[in-house]
Amino acid sequence: MNKTVNPNDLKPAGDVGPLYAARKKVYPQSVSGTFRRIKWTLMAICLGVYYFLPFIRWNRGLGAPSQAVLIDLPNSRFYFFFIELWPQEVYYFTGLLIVAAVALFLMNSIGGRIWCGYLCPQTVWTDLFYAVERLVEGDRRERMKKDASTDPMKLERISEIVLKHSIWIMIAWWTGGAWVLYFNDAPTLVKELVTFQAPMIAYIWIGILTTTTYLLAGYMREQVCTYMCPWPRIQAALTDEWALNVTYRYDRGEKRTSVKKAAELRALGQQVGDCVDCYQCVAVCPTGIDIRNGPQMECIQCGLCIDACDNVMTKIGRPKRLIGYDNDINIHRRQEGKAPIYRIVRARTIVYSAIIAAVGGFMVYTLATRSLLDVNVLHDRNPVAVKLSDGSIRNAYTVRLLNKSGYDRVIAIDADGPVNSTIHVVGVDSVTPDRPMIVIPRDSTSELRLLVTAPADNNPEKSIPVHFHVTDIGLGVVASATDNFVSP
Amino acid sequence: MTDHSSDIDSVSGRSTTGHEWDGIKELNTPLPRWWVICFYLTIVWSIGYWIVYPAWPLIASNTTGMFGYSSRADVAVELANLEKIRGDKMVALGAASLADIEKDPALLALARAKGKTVFGDNCAPCHGSGGAGAKGYPNLNDDDWLWGGTLDQIMQTIQFGARSGHAKTHEGQMLAFGKDGVLKGDEIVTVANYVRSLSGLSTRNGFDAAKGQKIFAENCAACHGDAGKGNQEMGAPNLTDKIWLYGSDEASLIETIGQGRAGVMPAWEGRLDPATIKAMAVYVHSLGGGK
Repeated sequence: MNKTVNPNDLKPAGDVGPLYAARKKVYPQSVSGTFRRIKWTLMAICLGVYYFLPFIRWNRGLGAPSQAVLIDLPNSRFYFFFIELWPQEVYYFTGLLIVAAVALFLMNSIGGRIWCGYLCPQTVWTDLFYAVERLVEGDRRERMKKDASTDPMKLERISEIVLKHSIWIMIAWWTGGAWVLYFNDAPTLVKELVTFQAPMIAYIWIGILTTTTYLLAGYMREQVCTYMCPWPRIQAALTDEWALNVTYRYDRGEKRTSVKKAAELRALGQQVGDCVDCYQCVAVCPTGIDIRNGPQMECIQCGLCIDACDNVMTKIGRPKRLIGYDNDINIHRRQEGKAPIYRIVRARTIVYSAIIAAVGGFMVYTLATRSLLDVNVLHDRNPVAVKLSDGSIRNAYTVRLLNKSGYDRVIAIDADGPVNSTIHVVGVDSVTPDRPMIVIPRDSTSELRLLVTAPADNNPEKSIPVHFHVTDIGLGVVASATDNFVSP
Repeated sequence: MTDHSSDIDSVSGRSTTGHEWDGIKELNTPLPRWWVICFYLTIVWSIGYWIVYPAWPLIASNTTGMFGYSSRADVAVELANLEKIRGDKMVALGAASLADIEKDPALLALARAKGKTVFGDNCAPCHGSGGAGAKGYPNLNDDDWLWGGTLDQIMQTIQFGARSGHAKTHEGQMLAFGKDGVLKGDEIVTVANYVRSLSGLSTRNGFDAAKGQKIFAENCAACHGDAGKGNQEMGAPNLTDKIWLYGSDEASLIETIGQGRAGVMPAWEGRLDPATIKAMAVYVHSLGGGK
């Protein structure tokens, strides 16, 4: 498509010259249509979940937090409905991140930047801020006119600006406010916040998120996607020829001209495209680009240009989807008179789906089968074995018991070490000889010093395995660990 | 560098930066202005940083900054805070009786942790980092105690030591029967073999058990008892068990009987505070050998 241009024909445009340029403000026009409706719906869902999730209650019994989703930093616990995670189970988050990353790749291989266009917080909040701007200051033309006006500001204009920023800051403040609710009991914290009794850190975080939301959604907007976000670059490298992207279908002909001229040219039997050069796709674009120039890094593929173009095509009686989710393969096929083909199911999407299913399945399996009672055993290193006065051999172990359930457990410890060996827990006088019993409080760990003694007449060989069984004597749940019994 | 404002790339129609490599020119894609402003702001910020924090190296020191901040002072504050936090708990430890400490899981954990650290700093040179001991230095993990293995007895030994010179120290020592001319060479060999026989160890051919028993009764039984079971009042070890502080082979025993033994355990009272000594007693007791 590139053709050689004679440099002498070119006049330096306005932006030629400086190495640094001011942002050109974008004034997206309102639009209605399928994709706009999808975006409104997703925005309502995303913001609804974000703002109200901390208020959902979940009964975990006495002494445990009753918030459905809670990151309890002081006690190092993460609660998600019926799931409670400990710091050592952080690998579930790793799994979640793997699933999230591959899901992003899958979206990309099916429909391009679905994440960017519909789900990314930057897009959602910017969209909301634009909606506020439109409501207060009017649509594209009005806003452009007001910004360009050099007349002294009247009270009406000043109040408009004040109102817009007030609403923005309120939304931003609520964004920060919802954030801190994930880290503390929401109703309690709200009460504390309004009575100015909440911890300083809560106010600081609200301040940080209010500022970032206000700046990123109110001012930075598409520049976050263009200059700050790495995903556009990664996405461009990950995409393939079958992925559907928001595309201007140049197979619908060139050249682009007005409806009237096009009719005249068609009457003369000349080639004319469906595009009537109305610039509606440019006017509605939140990143201020022209989709007809082909795929661009700035394009977040929100689909609003599709709605704008469809509205125009309907009015002038041409087929819809001059701009649509499509790819170059189909454009070429149509140019050759062949039917388009869509390959949603192909090696790439199958592999991505398989990875998501495998990692997700593994996570669900481990989560469903994980034990809420666990035991870790660490053999003493120095000395590894002790000879007692009667010639018997004793090994000492540090035993850590984990009770992840919401109730206290009474457990008994058994060890099948050397023949006739006895076990003893330091500091525990058990009523059952050789079977120490201990209470582990709910949602906690206990560290014990455990001694295994083998009688003198039956000293084991150099090293034999010892299996430790921890039994919840009430519920019969067993956790096990294996270590070695060593002779000096 | 050429004037980039007039150098236009013929293919894209855009201006270039004027940089050229083998005929390839770099298009001018202007950075956003706010980005550049942020860059300059970071430079301004760094100047503020120089003024507020220690920054520039001088010949013998460095600039200290407006607030005299130093990371070393931060560490000192953190350590002081830690001591303060521990302080409250150590008071609780000092107030509780030894038996109560072992029964309270929280106090036991604290005493074991504190005891382990202090043991590593003060006791490990002789007794080993895990209390495994060495020749002449008792293993603290086993159940054989020269001066007793109850919590109170262990604490007493730590406080006052053995043959330490402290007024309340454990006294009593193994006499040098050979050096002092009490027993002759063959008598020492005979009694050494007799001592070995007490714990079922093999004896030399032609060993006269009756003679050995007679020598033992006359010279050793006063401290070690008639049956050789030892006496914790005097720190006389049990000679019938399987644990030997200086070795159970004949040569070692002959040396012990002939030259005597008088290992020293220092007194820790005055060097360590009472709560720390308590913690150490609980730690040693919990190693597994405590009675």
